[in-house]
Amino acid sequence: MEHYNMNLKLRIWRQKNKSDKGGLVDYKVENISSEMSFLEMIDILNEKLVEENKEPVAFDHDCREGICGTCSMFINGRAHGPWHATTTCQLHMRAFKDGDTIIIEPWRAKAFPVIKDLIVDRSSFDRIIQAGGYISVNTGNAVDANTIPIEKNKADNAFAAAACIGCGACVAACPNSSAMLYVSAKISQLALLPQGNPERKTRVLNMVSQMDKEEFGSCTNIGACEAECPKEISLENIARLNREFAFASLTSEE
Amino acid sequence: MAFNSKIPAGELEKKWEDYKSHVKLVNPTNKRKLEIVIVGTGLAGASAAASLAELGYKVKAFCFQDSPRRAHSIAAQGGINAAKNYQNDGDSVYRLFYDTVKGGDYRSREANVYRLADVSANIIDQCVAQGVPFAREYGGLLSNRSFGGTQVQRTFYAAGQTGQQLLLGAYSALERQVALGNVKMYTRHEMLDVVTIDGKARGIIARNLITGELERHFGHAVLLCSGGYGNVFYLSTNAMGCNVTAIWKAHKKGAYFGNPCFTQIHPTCIPVSGEYQSKLTLMSESLRNDGRIWVPKKQGDTRKPNEIPEDERDYYLERRYPAFGNLVPRDVASRAAKERCDAGYGVGSSKMAVYLDFTDAFERYGNIEVGKKGLDNISKEKIIELGKDVVKEKYGNLFDMYAKITGENPYEVPMRIYPAVHYTMGGLWVDYELMTTIDGLYCLGEANFSDHGANRLGASALMQGLADGYFVIPYTIGNYLADEIRTAEIPTSHEAFAKTESEVKSRIDQLMNIKGTKSVESFHKRLGKIMWDKCGMARNAEGLKQAITEIQALKKEFWSDLKIPGTINEFNPELDKAGRVADFIELGELMCKDALDRNESCGGHFREEYQTPEGEAMRDDENYQFVSAWEFKNESDWELHKEDLVYENIKIAARSYK
Ligand SMILES: Cc1cc2nc3c(=O)[nH]c(=O)nc-3n(C[C@H](O)[C@H](O)[C@H](O)COP(=O)(O)OP(=O)(O)OC[C@H]3O[C@@H](n4cnc5c(N)ncnc54)[C@H](O)[C@@H]3O)c2cc1C
Ligand code: SF4
Ligand code: FES
Repeated sequence: MEHYNMNLKLRIWRQKNKSDKGGLVDYKVENISSEMSFLEMIDILNEKLVEENKEPVAFDHDCREGICGTCSMFINGRAHGPWHATTTCQLHMRAFKDGDTIIIEPWRAKAFPVIKDLIVDRSSFDRIIQAGGYISVNTGNAVDANTIPIEKNKADNAFAAAACIGCGACVAACPNSSAMLYVSAKISQLALLPQGNPERKTRVLNMVSQMDKEEFGSCTNIGACEAECPKEISLENIARLNREFAFASLTSEE
Repeated sequence: MAFNSKIPAGELEKKWEDYKSHVKLVNPTNKRKLEIVIVGTGLAGASAAASLAELGYKVKAFCFQDSPRRAHSIAAQGGINAAKNYQNDGDSVYRLFYDTVKGGDYRSREANVYRLADVSANIIDQCVAQGVPFAREYGGLLSNRSFGGTQVQRTFYAAGQTGQQLLLGAYSALERQVALGNVKMYTRHEMLDVVTIDGKARGIIARNLITGELERHFGHAVLLCSGGYGNVFYLSTNAMGCNVTAIWKAHKKGAYFGNPCFTQIHPTCIPVSGEYQSKLTLMSESLRNDGRIWVPKKQGDTRKPNEIPEDERDYYLERRYPAFGNLVPRDVASRAAKERCDAGYGVGSSKMAVYLDFTDAFERYGNIEVGKKGLDNISKEKIIELGKDVVKEKYGNLFDMYAKITGENPYEVPMRIYPAVHYTMGGLWVDYELMTTIDGLYCLGEANFSDHGANRLGASALMQGLADGYFVIPYTIGNYLADEIRTAEIPTSHEAFAKTESEVKSRIDQLMNIKGTKSVESFHKRLGKIMWDKCGMARNAEGLKQAITEIQALKKEFWSDLKIPGTINEFNPELDKAGRVADFIELGELMCKDALDRNESCGGHFREEYQTPEGEAMRDDENYQFVSAWEFKNESDWELHKEDLVYENIKIAARSYK
């Protein structure tokens, strides 16, 4: 792989706090190596800003290996940038070329208010889990793990859904700011496993109701979420959620 | 100050059972009146918070990320050990115990390790019940693989995302308790000190990272579950936020620090590519199940890997350690890689890398698939293709990660790997009940020093974190809290809270007022370089002495020339980081001191002066069979206490994987 260096123009969303109006500010970075990660490029910008006695750009990140779901940048109009199935932290500068302008914004959704610059508040996602994204089993109550065999393909599908990292890119990518992909991933995981069965109905009803309360938009089957999801969470999960929801609403005793 | 490991008397196999049967209990009505502060909600903290809340205690839990689901545990890849013996390959609680003590180079406590092995099976049961989607076989039963330092298959996994799935399990249990009102969760909060009253931990001072405000939180007991401190080396496989602050503050308040220099360098990580590098990425140890490690037999060979014929390759682990081959423990594998690269056999542009090659595995799995599917007349290419699919299913996410970072396709060319800092066996000293030397202050997970001795075996950290949180602390904390039921909630207007808060505040002011010229990042990088060069994979007395002097000088410079932009009362990541780096600098000094004091090589601690002519580590059981527990006295001044390690059930021997 050929390595190269590049100079770039950056237009980055700066917003002091929740109540500030915010706006795009222009920056330049030079001699960026194609081997760097996108966040390492931002690190370089920030070091430069500190040197110039300016405030560095605040952004969320932690693992930098695409698994914690913390990083969250809207890059050139796409959640997590140009690479398919890739988080912002896994995006590398090979994706860009000398002279490019890169526009970087936070996730935008009513349910994700901006805290500062590129950092948003995603606590609504935790509250959706609180509404039912679990199996009610206290520590110490479990039976032997091999007591209930689970068909391999069901287990694999449950795992594929459970791979969601809770980043919120699906919401950011959706014109309606719907959280259906995220919610459906959890619903699917637990619906596919026998352990999830007893609470199946209440789970879907409560999680969907919490999702609405948090003011996420509704799903109109656009598919932008699936296209931008870094973990390739499938739209089939939304279909499953809809089935689970319809079934639960029809047969609910309350 | 108390310094008693409180190991219960009696036979090894019965200690925990006996302890549980006789430990003091707290009745349900009293539990509701007792408050527990938990700092950290990774595997250890989330499992503890959920379990204690289920029991009825009032829990307040803290993490610095925006959600507990983002703790560094999420990044664990390869798997979790448990002595289930589902494979019928001779595993048992005793064997897991034995492997762990031996793997730790005979520097851990028998009783703790036995308990860990004993509860390991319950962890898997608990996780499956929570809906953790572990890998399964076609028959629907759980699948296992091998990790280094063992000869059985006892590792449970969920592709290369085991930590993620386990943490999401613990997180969901925690969120359930939040919904029930039993846990109050504080995200984007950083604990900055422990509050002690009459020698007992009674709460914490935490900073709201969004507003910068300091808050006081009372607890009848405080649990630190704040993870490892590998980031003292700047570059490591840890997440960017991992830090030592929580346990360091506790250390300065009186908690002894156990074996600070015991650091694990993981053999298979993506090599450093440039100065700008912010972190290193692990390629899970599970890859060594199927990948073979080699370098060219010829020094400075510049041919492409595929052009080097089989008989000109040196599979040096298989050559040096035939019994364990590519699955020797991490410390051994890391040193062997360093040895080859230092001797001029390294590969890649930096020459500081070795190959991890899957060619054989593609063929082996391909042939198995051919057999399973009953295919005939299959071309070699087709076989390899089938084999690649199998490998993809096992490790797909790791291969993808490698490709994104390096721009190379690991299905076509062997991976290049090199050792990197990964895990810290050291941490706060705790007794059998996981209590530190401060009454009522507990430490769980990677943050404590227990269980792994001088080297941790793969897939054992997840096991330990969850053992501590789900199965140990729910019992041991009762033994302390049973005597606290008469202690009413102490109002946070108490002078001890006020005093600690003002100390925290003045330190923050001091940091902001330096107004120097250098960024936090630049100091962190320099500290990391000193640590890696002189207290890393190989250490010697001369280098360690120099490191101590250099770190002291760096500390002076830090406190006189640091520059932090912004203000205190706002979201200010530079300020957060400055506090953490200040603590790392102090810790770095203690690590070097500890490494200098330990005149032997054991596990991850390799002192160049103490090695055999073949370069194997030379332990000194006569003089160093103890845990180093350091008491903080003053800046740059510590007193060493020794906890002698007694082996009644295992015959200690030179650790051989040949
Ligand atoms: C890349 C990688 C792969 C790994 N793979 C494996 C594996 O396959 N198998 C295995 O067994 N082990 C593995 N490990 C090791 C294992 O993941 C960790 O040791 C373990 O997850 C640590 O869990 P923990 O709960 O102790 O800490 P963490 O998960 O690090 O959690 C720490 C918590 O403390 C909080 N915290 C820290 N300081 C403060 C503070 N001052 N105030 C408030 N909150 C604070 C954080 O917010 C977080 O919630 C791996 C490690 C790495 C780096
Ligand atoms: S579904 Fe995909 S995009 Fe949405 S939160 Fe999960 S991982 Fe992120
Ligand atoms: S920083 Fe963890 S997913 Fe990007």
